[in-house]
Amino acid sequence: MSDTPVTKRKGSLLVQDARTIKRNRAEKRFQMYGIAAISIGMLMLVILLTTIIARGTGAFQQTFITLNVPLLAEKLDKKGNRDLADIKKVSTFGYAPLMQAAFEAKVAELGIETDLKPKKMAALLSKDAAAQLRNFVLENTDLIGETVEFQFLAQSRVDGYLKQRVTRDSIAKDKNINATQLDLVDALVASGHVVKKFNLDFIIGSDASDARPEAAGMGTAMMGSFFMMLVVLSLALPIGVAASIYLEEFAPKNWITDIIEVNISNLAAVPSIVFGILGLAVFINYMHLPNSAPLVGGLVLTLMTLPTIIITTRASLKSVPPSIRDAALGVGASKMQSVFHHVLPLAAPGILTGTIIGLAQALGETAPLLLIGMVGFIASNPPETIAEGLMSPNSAMPAQIYEWAKRADPAFYERAWGGIIILLVFLITMNAIAVLLRRRFERRW
Amino acid sequence: MTTNPVKITARNVQVYYGDNHAIKDVNVDIEDKTVTAFIGPSGCGKSTFLRCINRMNDTIDICRVQGDILIDGEDIYDRKVDPVQLRAKVGMVFQKPNPFPKSIYENVAYGPRIHGLARGKAELDEIVEHALKRAAIWEEVKDRLNAPGTGLSGGQQQRLCIARAVATEPEVLLMDEPCSALDPIATAQVEELIDELRQNYSVVIVTHSMQQAARVSQKTAFFHLGNLVEFGETDRIFTQPEDPRTESYITGRIG
Repeated sequence: MSDTPVTKRKGSLLVQDARTIKRNRAEKRFQMYGIAAISIGMLMLVILLTTIIARGTGAFQQTFITLNVPLLAEKLDKKGNRDLADIKKVSTFGYAPLMQAAFEAKVAELGIETDLKPKKMAALLSKDAAAQLRNFVLENTDLIGETVEFQFLAQSRVDGYLKQRVTRDSIAKDKNINATQLDLVDALVASGHVVKKFNLDFIIGSDASDARPEAAGMGTAMMGSFFMMLVVLSLALPIGVAASIYLEEFAPKNWITDIIEVNISNLAAVPSIVFGILGLAVFINYMHLPNSAPLVGGLVLTLMTLPTIIITTRASLKSVPPSIRDAALGVGASKMQSVFHHVLPLAAPGILTGTIIGLAQALGETAPLLLIGMVGFIASNPPETIAEGLMSPNSAMPAQIYEWAKRADPAFYERAWGGIIILLVFLITMNAIAVLLRRRFERRW
Repeated sequence: MTTNPVKITARNVQVYYGDNHAIKDVNVDIEDKTVTAFIGPSGCGKSTFLRCINRMNDTIDICRVQGDILIDGEDIYDRKVDPVQLRAKVGMVFQKPNPFPKSIYENVAYGPRIHGLARGKAELDEIVEHALKRAAIWEEVKDRLNAPGTGLSGGQQQRLCIARAVATEPEVLLMDEPCSALDPIATAQVEELIDELRQNYSVVIVTHSMQQAARVSQKTAFFHLGNLVEFGETDRIFTQPEDPRTESYITGRIG
């Protein structure tokens, strides 16, 4: 019997020795850390989402006041010839008396006791209400002379009152509304003439000035984002994919390609505002493209998205097994045929996913837009042609949210949260499409 | 044993991977309508040499080939030679079955299609059927030509790859350890197939299995550390090797 240098104590398998116990404890502890980290993350996500939903859903509802408006022909169409050009000459000031009269009539009809003068009553309507009515009349000139039931936007304080944002205490120093007016609102709510309902205009309408938050909508900014994404998609995808195919499949591996590779990775980490100032200097100051145009925004976001697309595309090209390339070359396919017939189709789901994620990133980007003038009050109507959409000043969804968030009226604050919900719906949809595409086209080999 | 005309001639072939001298001065004559086996321990250069014959090594940046390889007397490393055209003439079957992730039909039809071998669908169908028959897989797949090629078993996949290689009407068929990923039954089927392919092609097969070399080949080349140690009739190599290194390898002392 030779004596062994290490003395190993013999013990039962049923009893854990000290080392094993220690090791198992360490493993347990590590798992606890992991679960704790995930829990914190989930908790934050839940807090974020509930805050956004709790604060933002209000923006999708708006308070409307129903009145019966007599569309007096002698006021709206003085010549009586129903000529659209003549009717257009009546400005919103011409409509205001009609609305005041309608309000007074409604109050009288309902038998509500109030000391308010008709002008003060009509002040409960939005400043946008007259324009609303005028647009309606211009579209339906045949209704002139009749009395129509019309739902007017209520002004933001009334809306806030119904949403419990404005209280009788908080209006003590508010010039926009007083307690008597709120009494009238209470009475109209009771009779069902003031209602809170879904407001499509928040989603499709355009921004409104500081005095009328109730009329502001995301629609035009959404179009701005849409046209920017159009530019990004049509430029970044072909350029990015072509660059990655060349770098991955054709370019010789030497120090030049190494430098290019490092630079692309660095570019992906450049702060987006740097791309914004580049856009300002190159596209606007040097190339004289129009300010605030989605075309410029799209170009800037293209530059920003390109590295993301190139990196993901290269990764998905790399993940195609070399045996597929060998197989194609082995039957006499050229390099390009092997790439386009075999490698690219297999890499396509990854490329698409990367592109969509890149687009989603660009969609939520605000900083570069600050510098090219796409953040600001832009209340233009939705563009009618693609060229107009690309060249006329516009904003973008995140820029619109930022614009609302910095305005004083709390009614805009609510709309900023609502805008975030719309933006998140877009982002979640895009990510879901990315996941679906990956699932649908993923192939095993 | 009858001698067939020489198909491939290699003269003073040297291959370098960067600084590594992988193939050292190889001279060999490979005959037409013959199965030639390359045997040798791992890393001896037999696969590297095989890949020189259809210039697959071109795809590796650091690989350099010197010397001459002639097919029917034409230097395949001549500057005028397009490797793509060469590979249509010299088909290759790889170690791991690598069908395209497409249908069985598309796998076989791809080569003829890119080389314009078929005029019209009917002719292409015929080529596909012919190739699948020659690869002895037609009976198994004729009812599911549109099923994915990757859904076949390993042995079937490898025969599909052989069908894909023969569909372009090559003159030489290179096989890089075609059975190493297959079970014994599939191996037997592929070996039988190789024997049949000899009727039409010059087949070069790299194998780790000496039994396989003995079963399927007429000529055997033994590679060791980048050198072609011995080349001759398979029967003679396995019974009376001239070089002591060959003897050590086939008796299992090195490998």
